[in-house]
Amino acid sequence: MGADDKPLIGHRLQRVLDAVALKRPDRVPVAFHTMLWYAKYGGISYRQLMYDYERAAALGRQAILEFDPDIFSPPHQFTTLGRVLEAARFKQLQWPGHGVGDNQPYQYLDREYMKPEEYDEYLFDPTGFWLSKYMPRVLGAAEGLEALPALPGYFYMRLVMGMRAFAHPKVVQAFAGMRAAGEEANRLVAAMNEFTREFEGRGYVLGQGAVGIAPFDLVGDYMRGARGILTDLYRRPDKLLATLEKTIPFILKAAISTCKASSSRFVFIPTHWAPDNFMSLDKFRTFWWPTFRKVLMGLIEADLVPVPLWEADCTSRLETIADVPPGKAVYWFERTDLARAKSVLGGITCLRGNVSPSLLNTGTPEQVDASCRNLIETIGRDGGFILDGAFGIPDEAPVENVRAMFKAVRKYNA
Amino acid sequence: MKENEQRLLDAIADMREDEALELAKSMLDAADDPLRVLELCRMAMEKVGKRFQDGEYFLPELILAGEMLERIGEMAKPLIQAGGGAGAAKKHGRVLIGTVHGDLHDIGKNIVTFMLDINGYEVKDIGIDVPVERFVEEIRAFQPSVVGLSGFLTLAFDSMKETIDAIARAGMRDKMKIMIGGGQVDETVRAYTGADAYGNNAMAAVTLCRGWIGG
Repeated sequence: MGADDKPLIGHRLQRVLDAVALKRPDRVPVAFHTMLWYAKYGGISYRQLMYDYERAAALGRQAILEFDPDIFSPPHQFTTLGRVLEAARFKQLQWPGHGVGDNQPYQYLDREYMKPEEYDEYLFDPTGFWLSKYMPRVLGAAEGLEALPALPGYFYMRLVMGMRAFAHPKVVQAFAGMRAAGEEANRLVAAMNEFTREFEGRGYVLGQGAVGIAPFDLVGDYMRGARGILTDLYRRPDKLLATLEKTIPFILKAAISTCKASSSRFVFIPTHWAPDNFMSLDKFRTFWWPTFRKVLMGLIEADLVPVPLWEADCTSRLETIADVPPGKAVYWFERTDLARAKSVLGGITCLRGNVSPSLLNTGTPEQVDASCRNLIETIGRDGGFILDGAFGIPDEAPVENVRAMFKAVRKYNA
Repeated sequence: MKENEQRLLDAIADMREDEALELAKSMLDAADDPLRVLELCRMAMEKVGKRFQDGEYFLPELILAGEMLERIGEMAKPLIQAGGGAGAAKKHGRVLIGTVHGDLHDIGKNIVTFMLDINGYEVKDIGIDVPVERFVEEIRAFQPSVVGLSGFLTLAFDSMKETIDAIARAGMRDKMKIMIGGGQVDETVRAYTGADAYGNNAMAAVTLCRGWIGG
């Protein structure tokens, strides 16, 4: 998104800003967000797509020009990850050619990446824990960093002599591997930035400048694993709560600095552990929501627009998550009924979603059209709504169904 | 029921793990019948299942209860004489369950397995990313009355359809009911795959099995 003081604001940007500000735009804006669907669109394998920046950009260009959405995402952030994953020797994911077949999507490996007895270590020194324990565990390229000493114990001549640690063969090797991964990440980002500049130049609105996370999801998905964090709710609730708090400034620093360096004010935050079925409302209000609200408020105070994607069905959470200032966030719902969401969140957050993937994948264009029409005419009636798939466009959706979704915003008016 | 038996049952059902493990250990140390201890665990699990059904308990409680059961089982098993039935409840019928090919997710499937098990069904869980042919072979060997296909990713829609088609080609489709669940599964997906029913949560799976094969 461009700066507010630009003399001419694009009509697509105005439309999106109006929706975010809960006003009624000239028509309902529509977003184009997908992961590996380009492979189906271009008739290539997931593996080819994930490794080819130019091919992905060509398919992204073709799709955006065909569908003419208001909001776009470059096909790099969630798609062309193969080369950098390989360079980093990333261990938390399986991707085509690395654990799954050429036409299977990348999938996260839910494991215990931080042991229960390591909570104290993280709480005492998150950076030290990350560098010497966590990174070597999840990044093959960072193996060797465990040889680093506890640096704050080094000072004066000991600090000078402490430079020996950086000549340790394991550490030298780790830095070389991380540098190579970083250079690959730079190539990915350069390709992404070039694509973004092109489409912002054409007046499209960049969907996100950064990706954030809820503290509970960071600890649950990426540190303790599902079984670990769910039993920690009973076995070590105080340590878990302290750790959730501890993550907040790190999450905010990363999201704010990345987003401020981009041209967008949107921070996309896929949420994982919020759904109704996962924990009681009482536990949600104790463990999940308070620290996530602090993340949302931190982003809003930095003049950014959080876009949490509330995965699965979060109906029972609506009253709780309504506690944010009006017109400052976009709530994207995957399976929560938007009519119900609007009855609670109307006048508080812009809503986004949620054409079901079952319809997009297995329905007809007429059925997709009818579903979009219903969303536009009911949820979009008073503004404050962005049309999208429940989780963007699913990888398997037939092109004619996707086409029907983008045509609908032009056919029907709230 | 003796006082300490009631305390063990309540400690498990109320998620007081340390107390439950200590009580179980002291009962086993005092040469109480290990089969009786396991029977109390089963009764506690029924209570946990009921609270899950009533919307009081969710994933954390099911997982913690499962881990308590596992630990007490480890303590009790060496004490059980060969041939002991481990307090097995009467099984209502056979259910085979697995995550379809291409999909590695298992949390939902594990919870469904757990709920079916404590509700008295004989459940065989054949894991994740299960190829079509393996489903057919396992069904042929286990002869279940109900087959549950699980999948979180959208690619699972096609994997479920292929699995059900293969079961039909093997001539076994009319011998069982097939239920699907997980992620984005809904009525549209049920119709697409040719399953008999779909469910959004573990209790739906129990309700479907009760309707089909009793219990």
